[in-house]
Amino acid sequence: MDIQIRPILVALRRHKAGTLLIALQIALTLAIVCNAFFIIHQRLANLSQASGVDEGDVFVIANYWADVNRSTEQVDAQVRADLIALRQLPAVLDTTPASGYPLRGGGWDNFVTMTPDQVKPTTDAAVYTGDEHFIDTLGLNLVAGRNFRPDEVTAMGTQQAITPSTAIVSKALAERLFPGGNALGKSFYAMGTTPSTIIGIVDPLHRQGVDSWSNSYAGQALIWPLRADDSKGIYYIVRARPGQLAAAMRDAPKALYAQNRMRIIDPKDGIQSYAEIRHRVYDSDRGMVILMSVISVVLLAITAAGIVGLTSFWVGQRRKQIGVRRALGARQRDILSYFLTENLLITGGGVLLGLLLAIGTNLWLMLRFASQPMPMVYLVVGVLLLLLLGQGAVFAPALRASRVPPVEATRSV
Amino acid sequence: MFAYYFELALRSLKRSRGLTLLMVLAIGFGVAASMTTYSVFRAVSGDPIPWKSSKLFVPQIDMWGPKARDPNGDPPDAMDYADAMALMRAHRARYQSAMYQISPSVVPADASKHPINVSGHAVFSEFFPMVDVPFKYGAGWTADDDTQRSAVVVISSKLNDKLFGGQNSVGRTLDIEGKDYRVVGVTDHWNPQPRFFDVVNTGGFTDGAEDVLLPFNRAIDVGMPNNGNTNCNEVPKESGFVGLQHSSCVWMAYMVQLDDAAAVQAYREYLDGYARDQQKAGRFGWAPNNRLRDVPAWLDAEHVVPSDTKVSLLVALGLLVVCLVNTAGLLLAKFLRRSSEIGVRRALGAQRSAIYAQFLTEAGIVGLAGGVLGLLLTGVGVASVGWVMPKDIASLARLDVSLLAITLLVAVVATMLAGLYPTFRASRVQPAWQLKSN
Repeated sequence: MDIQIRPILVALRRHKAGTLLIALQIALTLAIVCNAFFIIHQRLANLSQASGVDEGDVFVIANYWADVNRSTEQVDAQVRADLIALRQLPAVLDTTPASGYPLRGGGWDNFVTMTPDQVKPTTDAAVYTGDEHFIDTLGLNLVAGRNFRPDEVTAMGTQQAITPSTAIVSKALAERLFPGGNALGKSFYAMGTTPSTIIGIVDPLHRQGVDSWSNSYAGQALIWPLRADDSKGIYYIVRARPGQLAAAMRDAPKALYAQNRMRIIDPKDGIQSYAEIRHRVYDSDRGMVILMSVISVVLLAITAAGIVGLTSFWVGQRRKQIGVRRALGARQRDILSYFLTENLLITGGGVLLGLLLAIGTNLWLMLRFASQPMPMVYLVVGVLLLLLLGQGAVFAPALRASRVPPVEATRSV
Repeated sequence: MFAYYFELALRSLKRSRGLTLLMVLAIGFGVAASMTTYSVFRAVSGDPIPWKSSKLFVPQIDMWGPKARDPNGDPPDAMDYADAMALMRAHRARYQSAMYQISPSVVPADASKHPINVSGHAVFSEFFPMVDVPFKYGAGWTADDDTQRSAVVVISSKLNDKLFGGQNSVGRTLDIEGKDYRVVGVTDHWNPQPRFFDVVNTGGFTDGAEDVLLPFNRAIDVGMPNNGNTNCNEVPKESGFVGLQHSSCVWMAYMVQLDDAAAVQAYREYLDGYARDQQKAGRFGWAPNNRLRDVPAWLDAEHVVPSDTKVSLLVALGLLVVCLVNTAGLLLAKFLRRSSEIGVRRALGAQRSAIYAQFLTEAGIVGLAGGVLGLLLTGVGVASVGWVMPKDIASLARLDVSLLAITLLVAVVATMLAGLYPTFRASRVQPAWQLKSN
């Protein structure tokens, strides 16, 4: 099959404006779609980040104290009583007091240093607090070392600066602090004058926030053996027995109110399952995925429909010429390949311009919105997609053109 | 004449239904996507207090020094207790208030009801005239109440509805964390978005309410802790809320009103002088590095408008441009196909302007139809924007008359712009050539 490019180019020169418009449309589509795909992929990667929590059975109670004037000892006694009440519930497997939880949407972070007088911190880490039930309640995967012992857990009052002598850290933090080495038994400083010794390593454990500014210490977290007896309130992380999440979420607040009425658990969002927590914290990422997907689909559909429409017009315009070619011996597939090649040339031109626009847009987004550089693969996929889209869209009108009978040459329009 | 063109256009559009439908759909989707994302952008980028935002300023003091500055060299965006109190004592602005976010529990008088958690701010009396808090009943407290540490409170109309059945509750008492406060004012549906006076602790846009406003000194006295962010570059030496007040941690917002350029300049000089005094006293080991931004500049520096909102708007506008290019291409093909018709009209004496009028009418009709479709889709889009944007932002997007008008206008004007080149080409058709070839 020999395809003549020259006659196509000559013919296109007679439709200069139309050709340019469709090529421009393809270029813009490529530029937008590549960047939209890149955004979608980044956000999907966020959405699928592992929290480390066994999310199916775990929920969180945000418990505020109605009387904020109590001493740390009084709060601690109440917290211990609450924990007993919760653990006695038939639907509850385990529970832990906490000052925050993974995917909470922000919270306590500390600088981490190797020495107490180090000026520039080694890194950042999310700080979690809990008792000896923290790891089992969240269902964290302890990959090395041991859990806290009950005697290591102490009470922490409102805004009290305590540095426990032991800590369990995430594998990401262990490797950041002690690259390649065994972190167990070694110590670090987290904004205190006394060191914390690493007694256990869990993997993975997500930080509390999901904002991109904290990406530089993603996965770096430490757990301190503390009961956060803040006078304002506390989180109870609760693990239900398998399949009894709904029952546990229903019974837990009743048990707490029965223990002591002077507390506030918001009826609307005071108790959240991990499904709700995940849904809430990632709502902007999920929203961007939906929005960019809708826009990409509409964009591709409109561009495809535009190619169909314009080519159909051109076919209609050239029926007589096609008839002449057919009368002079051109086969149906010659006509078909003519239109397919014509589209390939237009799309190819558009795609070349589109590549520049796509890269330019990405650079501009990097400059203006601190976006990441777009990997080449998005451009390759985008180019292939648009070439295929063009060929697919042009196929029906081209097929119709190929069926123009040679007798058409003898008719006037 | 217009009626005739209108009829011609309708006839032409009917002749190629598929193509017309395609153009209308493209315009409709393009306009709707742009307008939906614009409605969100408009909601979050608006000036929350347009009548005086250029007079309200947020001072920043560099109490942490060079190693804690952000990449732009800016000092912390919140205040520590010591510096905020020093600025309050100096009282150099027309109005000023240090403030911090609180979330106390309110115990209803009816013992059968559970205590509820409310949110709000501890502020000084000048806060009320400074940010123009609207009142339904009563007013803010006085400067005397500040110094006497009076147990007074301003509550929101929403909380007033909940606790006092919406009646004038001025003079009634409210149990906040076990202590009685006298209601002096009820705000009138006051919910500025973004919370320009405390962007750092509210995150700008918030679905929380300003249910209670308490005198700052009183809140400090009773040890009502802050509910917002606390940032420390070193761990406080003492525990508790009092320890926080003695630390260099930042956790408070601060706002001043400065009425003219001279006042702004004087305040800048005061801040620099204050920092130099601290430097001399040995507290700051660095030269003054203060900031004083008005509300619009402050909102910009704090990146209150989420970048997702901007990127969404830009991508949607990109879609609109593609739809317009698409429409231009289709109109061009459509108009040029009618070259012989144009030739006949021109030969029979039609002016070029008549050709322009005829074809722009046709483009305008496509735009109008696309605009009507766009209106419907924008309605759907704004209603379902909660699916794609965080709730606190999505709830701000409104479908109002001005948005509807802009939607129609953008659709018609954009389509006519897209139709300009095709129309220009149509008007250039040589009548003689067309007649001959027929």
